[in-house]
Amino acid sequence: MELVLAIGIGIMTGSGVWLLLRPRTYQVIIGLSLLSYAVNLFIFAVGGVKSNAAPVLGEGVDISTLTDPVPHALVLTAIVIGFATTALFLVVLLAARGLTGTDHVDGREQPK
Amino acid sequence: MVLVLLVCLPFLGSLAAIMLLRTDSRVLAARMAGAVTFLCLVLTAAVYPAVRAGGKLRLDIEWLPQFGLNFTLRMDGFAWLFAMLITGIGCLVVLYARYYMSEEDPVPRFFSFLLAFMGSMLGIVLSGNIILLSVFWELTSIFSFLLISYWHNNATARDGARMALTITGIGGFCLLAGLLVLGHIVGSYDLDVVLGAGDQIKAHPLYLTALVLILIGALTKSAQVPFHFWLPNAMAAPTPVSAYLHSATMVKAGVFLLVRFWPALSGTYEWFMLVGIAGTCTLLLGAYFAMFQQDLKGLLAYSTISHLGLITTLLSLGSPLAAVAAIFHMMNHATFKASLFMAAGIIDHETGTRDMRRLSGLYRYLPITGTLAMVASAAMAGVPLLNGFISKEMFFAEAVETHADSVLDRMLPYIATLAGAFSVVYSLRFIHTVFFGPPPLDLPKPKPHEPPHWMRFPVEFLVLACLVVGVIPSLSIGPFLHSAVVSVLGDRTPEYSLAVWHGINTPLIMSMIALAGGVLLYVLLKDYLARCDDGPPIFRHLAGQRIFERVLVTVSWKWARWMESRFGTRNLQPQLRLIAAAGLLAGVVPLYMAGFTPTPVAISGIDPIFAAIWCIGAFCALAAAYQAKYHRLAALVLLGGAGITTCITFVWLSAPDLAITQLVVEIVTTVLLLLGLRWLPKRYEKVDNSVTLAARGRRFRDFLLAVSCGFGMFLLSYAIMKQPVPDAIASYFLEKAYTEGGGRNVVNVILVDFRGFDTMGEIVVLAIVALTVFALLRRFRPAPDSIEKPEQQRIQAAYDDEQPERSAGDTVRDYLLVPSVIMQWMFPVIVTFAIYLFMRGHDLPGGGFAGGVTMAIAFLLQYLAGGVRWAEDRLRILPLRWMGFGLLVAPLTGMGAWLFGYPFLTSHSQYIDVPFIGKVPMASALMFDLGVFSLVVGATVLILIALAHQSIRTHRVRNLDATKAEEA
Repeated sequence: MELVLAIGIGIMTGSGVWLLLRPRTYQVIIGLSLLSYAVNLFIFAVGGVKSNAAPVLGEGVDISTLTDPVPHALVLTAIVIGFATTALFLVVLLAARGLTGTDHVDGREQPK
Repeated sequence: MVLVLLVCLPFLGSLAAIMLLRTDSRVLAARMAGAVTFLCLVLTAAVYPAVRAGGKLRLDIEWLPQFGLNFTLRMDGFAWLFAMLITGIGCLVVLYARYYMSEEDPVPRFFSFLLAFMGSMLGIVLSGNIILLSVFWELTSIFSFLLISYWHNNATARDGARMALTITGIGGFCLLAGLLVLGHIVGSYDLDVVLGAGDQIKAHPLYLTALVLILIGALTKSAQVPFHFWLPNAMAAPTPVSAYLHSATMVKAGVFLLVRFWPALSGTYEWFMLVGIAGTCTLLLGAYFAMFQQDLKGLLAYSTISHLGLITTLLSLGSPLAAVAAIFHMMNHATFKASLFMAAGIIDHETGTRDMRRLSGLYRYLPITGTLAMVASAAMAGVPLLNGFISKEMFFAEAVETHADSVLDRMLPYIATLAGAFSVVYSLRFIHTVFFGPPPLDLPKPKPHEPPHWMRFPVEFLVLACLVVGVIPSLSIGPFLHSAVVSVLGDRTPEYSLAVWHGINTPLIMSMIALAGGVLLYVLLKDYLARCDDGPPIFRHLAGQRIFERVLVTVSWKWARWMESRFGTRNLQPQLRLIAAAGLLAGVVPLYMAGFTPTPVAISGIDPIFAAIWCIGAFCALAAAYQAKYHRLAALVLLGGAGITTCITFVWLSAPDLAITQLVVEIVTTVLLLLGLRWLPKRYEKVDNSVTLAARGRRFRDFLLAVSCGFGMFLLSYAIMKQPVPDAIASYFLEKAYTEGGGRNVVNVILVDFRGFDTMGEIVVLAIVALTVFALLRRFRPAPDSIEKPEQQRIQAAYDDEQPERSAGDTVRDYLLVPSVIMQWMFPVIVTFAIYLFMRGHDLPGGGFAGGVTMAIAFLLQYLAGGVRWAEDRLRILPLRWMGFGLLVAPLTGMGAWLFGYPFLTSHSQYIDVPFIGKVPMASALMFDLGVFSLVVGATVLILIALAHQSIRTHRVRNLDATKAEEA
């Protein structure tokens, strides 16, 4: 399970970084989203991965069997903020495209 | 208490004066400034009994006691004398400025700066903590900058102000460094402690460092050679500013500092050499330069430099008697120089010029001002029976004495006499050129006349002071000077006499030689001076100003450009490449250094279903990366696939909260990006043979970087997951969540209770982002090729037009009819679900974030189902209200805790029986979560609707061809 998740994080990171370095704004926004999945999963994984553990406190639930709630709280926040930054970036890229007439990240086409 | 009042009053007055900026009255600001300065003067005068004969006022307010930083104000005799000088001359300057400033100038601004400057100056004088002193020191630099550049549409004023700020700013920085070193040596920043630790300081190896740094600060401020050139350039300031800052106060701050630290720093060979050389050079060069100035204020400026040099020279000697003379001369110089500046201002005001080549014979028009100026110049030249004479005699007496036997010391009498002769020349020149000779010919204002009486009053007052001090020194200034001297020198206070007549002795003979020599020199030089260019013969071309400007241009422009062209780039890709590489290195290097070995990979124990899901997820991620350039929609769908995989992973690994949030956020993100697709340019995949080798190389490099990053993350996360989880703060939260937070869902309790403050910050960020998006889209201008309707809509419209029985828009309405009906019916269901998620959040997975986004989706679906127009006809959402409500409720809930005497955001919880629903946990955190919920709904809806709206807005066509055609 750890191996699968680690490979998944690695692949998502790689794809994200690759897209981040591309010249088109849309590629960058997709790249950022992929990268944020990877980072969220990574932070989540730092708290230890347990399947079939009780998610909430209840009668007769031993605390030691629960998962670490701190990374969860962190990631939950990160997901929402990630949405906000994606929205902001999308609007900025649309505005830049409108103003400059190109969707190149530098606002003008690169000379070949 | 008085001390605080003294420092704060001017700043308050300054604020009040700024408030007057919109009134038309030019008198009001002057009156107020006058009242404030006068009040300060009275306050200062009133505390004199406390500081007499070595007494001291002191006030400590704790600021950062753990760093030894306190807001300490102290006033001793010396500080009192200076405070009197600042407030007294301040009063006169305000009165003078009231008549000097013209109708067109924004007068309240002037008085506001002037008052603030006065406050900073008082701050320097009264600081009892050396760091506080440095703070006020910087403030004087800033306000002097603002005052010099008061006429900011004048280029000379701007340049002069910038130069003054640069030089004194650098000095101030050095001073701060020096004071920090000093504080380090002594172990305290308290002025009294520092002053008492003189021997310890002088014996310390860091003494020279501290000394040099502090001296740079003091010498730049007091315009000593080689930092003197900013002062003549600062003469572009209004004359009241010159009279106040550049004769009486700010330039005196440097020598004030030297006197202040005189007990702690002086008396060493280094002190004598550094201060002495600077002082004598300044004394001589300043006087020499002053002779050749053509600008009245320029002459006065260089003369000020020279006199400050005199004071510095006196201080360098290290003898107590010289220190007495220095303090005395500071006061005398301030009186006669301020009055001379004001007289020069009157001349400028009445004639319209300050050029001595054009001025002549003004005595017949300005007899009273002329007489006053003559007396003041005589004091400047050191004529007997005036105050300048007495302190100059003391200087000569000290010059003759041998202090530290060296070349400099032996030359001093000659230098002093020569400088004295020079000062006679320029004083004489000032009077003779301006007031005597034939009537002036081409004055800009042809009929000069005496100014209003109250404008002349400050000059009269100061000149009277020169006379009184000059005739009966020990009866007038004597006692005040004595208390100042005692406060600086303490036990080392020497016997000194302020008498006018000491009999015929060496200093008197030196004075006579200087007077006679000066007169002779003037007679010889007179004709040359009347014609020559501005500035002394040889040095005219070696302007410090030009060197300064060249250095400035080189450093701040040429070097900066070079650095930018070498190390900077305006392209995003190299920057991101650097960031990614730096991130990779930041991960690899520490791990490598710490001897990290990758955890051996164990294939066993893999859940096949989980692996299969991740196969899909990895495929989605890779394919999205591959398709993002040419197939945006496909890439978006694939991105969604990767998101769903993430979501399932959260479910699989016991994090239902995350899964819910991820799922709903995934939905809104996808819709958001979908809405954006319409405005992006069309791009068709075609085989491009023109890709150069360099481009291929770049791609390969990026690919390598991406693969390394991915592989690194794989190794790192695998290693981390294989480690046993250390028991960190998790168990604390798990234990306290129910007992103290009143909730079973620990994640939610952390968000709304334990770390509620973070969450509040986060929702504020969300609100800011939403508003920014909204603002950006209000002015949105799409590219010309995205303005026309999308292809599909055009086909539909054409189809509607062709069929006679259909009207426009029918096809769109029928499009996906069944799903849209279902979506409309889902509305109440989803809203209920959102409220359910929200309500149960404290005990079960859910909460404000998830509930809020779900609610937003409910609204969004209506837009999707019926179109923007349809939805808005039926549903008024007012997202800004939702956001405002959320932003209010969250902090108010937090503040509610204050009512019960608990810190901000302390929560209280209990269960309440709600009819039909049963027991509901009602923590006050639920109210907080309500704020979160409301804000998330508002922000999400605002962002999405603002974007959705763009498609029905009629955009102004930015038709470039049309504008070009018009221009042609």
